[in-house]
Amino acid sequence: MREPAPIDPVDRTIIDGLQGGFPICERPWAVVAERLAIGEGELIARVRRLLETRVLTRFGPMFQVERIGGAFVLAALRVPEADWDRVLAVVNGFPEVAHNYRREGGLGSDFNMWFVLATESGEAIAPLIARIERATALEVFAFPKLREYFIEMKLPVRS
Amino acid sequence: MNAPIDETDRRLVRATQAGLPLVERPYHQVADELGIAPEEVMRRLARLLEEGVIRRIGVVPNHYAIGYTANGMSVWDVADERVDRLGERVGALDFVTHCYHRPRRLPEWRYNLFAMVHGASRAEVLDKVARIAGLLGDDCAAHDVLFSTAILKKTGLRIGE
Repeated sequence: MREPAPIDPVDRTIIDGLQGGFPICERPWAVVAERLAIGEGELIARVRRLLETRVLTRFGPMFQVERIGGAFVLAALRVPEADWDRVLAVVNGFPEVAHNYRREGGLGSDFNMWFVLATESGEAIAPLIARIERATALEVFAFPKLREYFIEMKLPVRS
Repeated sequence: MNAPIDETDRRLVRATQAGLPLVERPYHQVADELGIAPEEVMRRLARLLEEGVIRRIGVVPNHYAIGYTANGMSVWDVADERVDRLGERVGALDFVTHCYHRPRRLPEWRYNLFAMVHGASRAEVLDKVARIAGLLGDDCAAHDVLFSTAILKKTGLRIGE
């Protein structure tokens, strides 16, 4: 990971205050700026800088693709260490692979590559998994969500 | 589960899924790009938000940049008939950022409840996981925590053109 850019207390207020609830109105930034007690122009400029420096990864609406027919499925592989680089290149080569993380468990868990498949329809998931299995010569374990429990999607700034 | 959305909604999704423009009147700029009235953009976004097609509108921080350098996917083996009740309680904890019921894949994978936990260190994550374990008590037969050690790919979600 690149070293993240330093942030000041005003940045922190913006990040904490803007993780949800961006208003839908003609001048939404002006509404937020008043709530956070900073200028509208400064607020926009700071959000632009935080995006450019990768402190923020995005700004806008977060869509739940399942509600518009898309699918979003967590999947995992047990990749032998000696074969890691080849499998990684193959998996990341699929444009439908949106996120991919290396993970280490305890208790002898050998599921070490965890990725998210994003497709425009639920029907596209099974054939995609079959293609990834053929290309990697490994079994793909799919973990589609059966139910999502309500959470407050918000992490307060820690540093 | 699918919300009825029309072609204009889809165009609106495509125009905004990478982000809103950083201008004083962002919805007006989107409206100009789509060739529809700003009021219609705002009315449609408000409806999509109300229907849950849009979860929220705001910023997404880079976890690492705001001090969460450790993230653990905690996974739990709980009785299937109790998973919803337990999942609601785990999801309500303020340090859990995602919580899902997912299928087991026996014999290789016994866990059916997934809860993402972020912290400033692995020790902090493990401390929070211990709090989940305490909450689940005897309802949990086994659990594990999988720490991410590398981000191998991270691209935004896209629906096609």
